[in-house]
Amino acid sequence: MKPPPRRSGRAKGRPAKKAAPRVGKAPRAEKVPEWDLRLYVAGQTARSAIALENLQRICRTHLEGKFQLEVVDVLKNPQLARGDQILALPTLVRKLPEPMKKIIGDLSHEERVLIGLDLREARSSR
Amino acid sequence: MPRTSAKKSIRARADAPRSPRLEKAPSGIQGLDEITEGGLPRGRPTLVCGGPGCGKTLFAMEFLVRGALRYGEPGVFMAFEETADELAANVASLGFDLPRLEAQKKLTIDYVRVERSEIQETGEFDLEGLFVRLQYAVSSVGARRVVLDTIESLFSGLPNPAILRAEIRRLFRWLKDHGLTVVVTGEKGEGNLTRQGLEEYVSDCVIFLDHRVIEQVSTRRLRVVKYRGSVHGTNEYPFLIDENGFSILPVTSMGLSHRASNQRISTGHPRLDEMLGGQGYYEGSSILVSGTAGTGKTTIAALLARTACEHGRRVLYFSFEESQDQLVRNMRSVGLDLRPCLSRGTLRVIASRPTVHGLEQHLVAIHKQVSELKPAVVVLDPITNMISVGTVTESRSMLTRLIDFLKVKGVTTFFTSLTIGGKALEETDLGISSLIDTWLMLAMVRSEGERNRTLAIIKSRGMAHSNQAVEYRFSSRGLELVDTYLGMSGVLTGTARLVKEAEDRAVLDGYRDDLELRERERERRRRGAEAQVTALREELAAEVAQIDRGIQDVTRRRERLLHERQVMARSRKAFAPSLAGKRPKEDPRS
Repeated sequence: MKPPPRRSGRAKGRPAKKAAPRVGKAPRAEKVPEWDLRLYVAGQTARSAIALENLQRICRTHLEGKFQLEVVDVLKNPQLARGDQILALPTLVRKLPEPMKKIIGDLSHEERVLIGLDLREARSSR
Repeated sequence: MPRTSAKKSIRARADAPRSPRLEKAPSGIQGLDEITEGGLPRGRPTLVCGGPGCGKTLFAMEFLVRGALRYGEPGVFMAFEETADELAANVASLGFDLPRLEAQKKLTIDYVRVERSEIQETGEFDLEGLFVRLQYAVSSVGARRVVLDTIESLFSGLPNPAILRAEIRRLFRWLKDHGLTVVVTGEKGEGNLTRQGLEEYVSDCVIFLDHRVIEQVSTRRLRVVKYRGSVHGTNEYPFLIDENGFSILPVTSMGLSHRASNQRISTGHPRLDEMLGGQGYYEGSSILVSGTAGTGKTTIAALLARTACEHGRRVLYFSFEESQDQLVRNMRSVGLDLRPCLSRGTLRVIASRPTVHGLEQHLVAIHKQVSELKPAVVVLDPITNMISVGTVTESRSMLTRLIDFLKVKGVTTFFTSLTIGGKALEETDLGISSLIDTWLMLAMVRSEGERNRTLAIIKSRGMAHSNQAVEYRFSSRGLELVDTYLGMSGVLTGTARLVKEAEDRAVLDGYRDDLELRERERERRRRGAEAQVTALREELAAEVAQIDRGIQDVTRRRERLLHERQVMARSRKAFAPSLAGKRPKEDPRS
């Protein structure tokens, strides 16, 4: 139910960044991605780029094939910042699996990102 | 993007020549604009700080709502603590309809939720998201005013205070550069005005709110700690929050510039009017009746109330001791029927215990009633009870403000004040006598097993009033004034006066009787003498008459003799002329 509008939102929000949709292609085939992530950034700043790079790396390493990522530029869609209670940028929001998690910063501290996403546990259980 | 534009405009601003006068944005909060002489600094942030429950959020909200409704300046409320719904519900009781204002695009509320447990920090970040939201909110309603309530929550919700401080500094810059008039709230910290030292960023205007409880009665106070580039009142101003929002009462905002009326208003009793220069009180003056318990202060007040009502004036009667029914009943017992005044609506009695409110709330309640009803006369019965609410200083300052306020409105104010037995009679507990224009003192004079009441005018500005203390009584016919006995032995009242008056009457009666007696005696003597004189006169007249008769008799006899001689001489043909000539001389001898 949810993925289609999100995809369109992403397309509107960040057409420049082709990297993001590409990462998410694999889960789309499965139709229900286990992981639903959203990265909020403000414009194409250096910090945004670093955050996205870091995120893509982490996702490839730990969540290959079961995630969907959407990048939202709040400068273009400021109302979305309100909806997800975005304050600090960049912010990574884990919408799925529940509960919702927020990770702020440029994601350069990988260990903390993994803890924040509960991926430490997820990986060890696998 | 906004960051770069902000930086540009900072420079532009710094280079631009500053206008010499600080522009101010009227807050619309009652009384605050008087204290700050115009409002909050326009285009700058103002910090409102205070302890929990001191009214910071309300202050901020009223600033926005008034701005939107009264000054056509839409606003943004960034709430960090309460959701929009909670806020709307909280201020609905003040008559602020936030959903409607939002629908009219006059106001927008953005609830910023900061939950520490949900947030994991993983590197460098900034608060651009907050900036974006703020900018979005500002542009969505064209806001001129912004409230951040309270931005300190960020410190508990987000890690890395160093980044936060830098970002908050940038935020204030941004707000200034956009010319937004901002109210920032902050929780009172220990040793600091705010916990996170917000005053460091907001250096233009700082307002401190305080909520104290003294003897179980709470008072709210406001102080303008700092206002860069502007004159402002530096006192602590009491304020209160009621269904009309904030009301701040400037303690000394009113000067002595009220006009004085020459109109008079009757006291309700002709004798009393006579004592007050013949016409009664001045309209718009302040009148104090002081006296010990049971001297009839309320009755004097009710007299004025009824008379004023009968002359078509509206009267507001604040009764702090009796309920309306009790007042009506008690006044009927002395022949004062207040019911017609009440039913006509010219008299309104507001009965409440002084302790139901703090002093300031009383003052505001009175303000509000006076503004609504526009009475010509206000009675406060008694003001002494106000002390039970605050300290003497506070009560005095409150009454000063009240008197000022009522004088400016031209309202005749009637206070009653209870003097505690044993204290000097010419002393009021509140020491407000200097503020009073006309002061009547009721006293109980105790002597020979009874208490009698006397009334004296201690002062009455602007009229030739009586110096005489009079005794008064209450009966079912009402108030009766009687001159006291003033003699060599002092002032006497009651039975003593009656006795003394009787004594005096006896002495006077004695003198009168004596005088009458003496007058009668004089009359008697006069009449006796007159009678004697009359008798003598009559006697004399009788004697004279007898003598006259003798004279006539002799004369007649002599005439007859002469006549007879002539007849004889004629018959003898003698020489009558010679004889006749000589005979009269010879005749008496013969």
